[in-house]
Amino acid sequence: MSQLVFDPSKVMDIDYTLRTEYHAELERARASRTVLKELAYAPSLPERGYNDRTLYVNVDTLQVEEKPVTRQMKDVFLGGRGFGLWHLWNAVKPTTKWNDPENEIIICPGPVSGITQYSGTGKSLVVSLSPQTGIPIDSNVGGHFGPFLKFSGFDALELQGKAEEEVILFIDGQKGIMRFERITDCPEDSHVLAEVLTSLYAENEADRVNVSVVSSGAAARHSLIGMLNFSWFDQRRGCIRLKQAGRGGIGTVFRDKKIRALVCRGPRIKSDLNHVADQETLARTAIKYHKEIRDNDPHQCMMRRNGTAHIVEIMDAYDLLPVHNFQYGSHPDTVKIDSAYWQQRCTQRTSDGCWYGCSMACAKGADGVVLKTGPYKGHMVTVDGPEYENAAGLGSNCGVFDPDYLLELNFYCDTYGICTITWGTLCAFVMECWQRGILNKERTGGLELCWGNAEADLEMMHQLARGEGFGLIAGQGVHGMKRIFAERGWGDPRLMQDIGMEVKGLEYSQYMSKESLAQQGGYALTNKGPQHDEAWLIFMDMVNKQLPTFEDKAEALYYFPLFRTWFGLNGFCKLPWNDVVPSDNATTSEPAKVPEHVQNYVDVFNATTGLKIDKEEMIHQSAKVYNFQRVFNIRMGKGLREFDVPPYRSVGPVTREEYESRMERYDQQMRDEIGVDPEGKSLEEKMAITREFRMNRYFKLMDTVYQRRGWTPNGVPTQARLKELGLDVFPEVVEVVKNHGG
Amino acid sequence: MRQLRIDLTKCNHGRDCEHECESACATKVFKLDDPAMAALHIRDHGDGTGTTILCDQCGDCVVVCPAEALKRNKLGVVMINKSLCVGCYMCVGFCDKEAFERNPGWAEPYKCTSCGICVKACPHAALEIVDVPEPAYRIV
Repeated sequence: MSQLVFDPSKVMDIDYTLRTEYHAELERARASRTVLKELAYAPSLPERGYNDRTLYVNVDTLQVEEKPVTRQMKDVFLGGRGFGLWHLWNAVKPTTKWNDPENEIIICPGPVSGITQYSGTGKSLVVSLSPQTGIPIDSNVGGHFGPFLKFSGFDALELQGKAEEEVILFIDGQKGIMRFERITDCPEDSHVLAEVLTSLYAENEADRVNVSVVSSGAAARHSLIGMLNFSWFDQRRGCIRLKQAGRGGIGTVFRDKKIRALVCRGPRIKSDLNHVADQETLARTAIKYHKEIRDNDPHQCMMRRNGTAHIVEIMDAYDLLPVHNFQYGSHPDTVKIDSAYWQQRCTQRTSDGCWYGCSMACAKGADGVVLKTGPYKGHMVTVDGPEYENAAGLGSNCGVFDPDYLLELNFYCDTYGICTITWGTLCAFVMECWQRGILNKERTGGLELCWGNAEADLEMMHQLARGEGFGLIAGQGVHGMKRIFAERGWGDPRLMQDIGMEVKGLEYSQYMSKESLAQQGGYALTNKGPQHDEAWLIFMDMVNKQLPTFEDKAEALYYFPLFRTWFGLNGFCKLPWNDVVPSDNATTSEPAKVPEHVQNYVDVFNATTGLKIDKEEMIHQSAKVYNFQRVFNIRMGKGLREFDVPPYRSVGPVTREEYESRMERYDQQMRDEIGVDPEGKSLEEKMAITREFRMNRYFKLMDTVYQRRGWTPNGVPTQARLKELGLDVFPEVVEVVKNHGG
Repeated sequence: MRQLRIDLTKCNHGRDCEHECESACATKVFKLDDPAMAALHIRDHGDGTGTTILCDQCGDCVVVCPAEALKRNKLGVVMINKSLCVGCYMCVGFCDKEAFERNPGWAEPYKCTSCGICVKACPHAALEIVDVPEPAYRIV
């Protein structure tokens, strides 16, 4: 694989200011608007990253209440995901289900969020009880809502209750007004809804830049896999853009509460609305980082040209790109959807950060896409990305290698409010069920869901948005489909268990972990389910070869989940940490950690908050929240060892075809690692030996990691570990642990 | 497009002058006594060589600015609109001539506006403002 070189002359000549406009929808919305309740409040700006105010809203009673952010909350939970988990813990009982009124959606930007200097600092963390897993889900999302919320006066927004009729919450941080509204003639799908509401709530065209909308879409209402779109106004394109809080079905909770949208109008962004402790350090660190991106990105990742899709061809070259439901790791047609194509298709002569100051600017956009199917057929739209996960999940994993269809799938997932990663993995499962005869035309209501059939894939999604047909079954996710198919006697439950790529109820994201023990743990030993943001170890394990020994892998599963948790406590994006690295990174003592960037984060945090932490304290801060979340899972009935077991597809070859496709590799491993001569053994015997070895190795890893994390062999944090972290001050937390032998 | 240029056959990096260009820029444009805070820099390395840091109005900063705070004026000169600037300093980081700068304590960065004050101040007439074609924006 050769290093890709960007050729500006090959970028498609597409006018990025042109798209279908929704003036009629705006006028209809304007004409059908009713104010349900309005109240005044005092806006504030944070001091050193915090307002010390939480906004509680009950969307049923329209009750609004302010709660203080206490010293203890800051000391233990820091902000962001930590605050979200703490509010959720207090809101729910062990018996609470995702669709009970007491379940909450909490949106928290984190103390650093909203600074405009360092890359990747505009994130919001969203927490709720997941419809898919029944345990807390956390999602890290860009867009401008979180910073606007913070600069309107609040460190967190708690949404509780279930409205009887659709409701919109508008927070005007410029005027100090909150309003509940109902718009009877209101679009539901995000690309129209966010565009319409941005214009509706902005006072004039120039003010649109100060408005952000949180919304979902029609498919979220009919499924468990709904996501939330967080918007920002793209000044150059003259339209809204969307970033997604994708995983775990938070959009489903949102629509179940009958929240149509949240709208925040913040003050005009300036350089120091966070009122940080040390603006000079912030500026110095930021400029240093911008220069590094300027100098290194063009010959490292080209994130500014390709976004995260730059790794499509790398994953393929290393046999790590999911193909046909994670059966295989590469495909000859990958060349049609690799970054050489996306850097030509995406608009390049613009600034694509999802928050101010992000020089990594990976929020690429494909403009001028004319849709071929569905309710928006013929519309010209701008499509986000596609990011790597979407190219792999909606593309190779389903055998779809037509980039136009890939963009269309990406678009409809976004506007319908469903998670692209989840859809990719569940559709891949559906297609493998088709391949193996578990599904057929009769069972799918006529949809021919074979590999690569993007039209059938799209129609399944349109059905879900309409609330009909096989699409409704797909919308239950892999976990739900396994149950439904088994109940109907359509297939062997053991096979479906092996090939259904979910743990805890959440679908896998798009990396082949079969050959990476570290990534097997990185997926199945996660708190929320198999999402790579907690432990994306596959690159350092398989590409950079930085985790050669069993001990290295186990240690990585201690350190990196904690390190990466810290991003979500503060409102940071993870990508600027290790996608582009300093020129001398390889010569440092721990290149996998990117030491210079870790120090940048310490400096930015200290400069913002005025605290004086170091890199060890950073891990300690994360460990408090990480262990709290583990206890929360146990409290909700899904936090023990039995729920950390991966489907065999993520560990080794399930089927004869998979083994045969990499026979040489597996036979070699049998000789070298297992100490068994494969000569003379039947394929079934070799598959059984491989399976036993690989699963035992996984369980050994689990034991080692649990011990390193300070957990019992059943995965329960010990009381000693709670004490070490200061979590023993919460009697309810200690009680959960005690009851489970911790 | 108005562009500041230097003739290095006339300027020897300040060895024969008092850096009048920098002083004039700092005092007359920014009302500061410190020439280090000027929008151009002439540096003598002490070994017979030197560095000049001048903005050539290439427009890379316009492309990277996420706030639409940088625009060319009718003379083609890139100007900063401070009311729109969000203080992200990407313009500073991405300027490969190191000509977009930030001074300590300043919220907004600054750059040369091809005003010509330095041209008048140079005792060797090494600086000039020229009119050149506006370059196409690059992909940065």
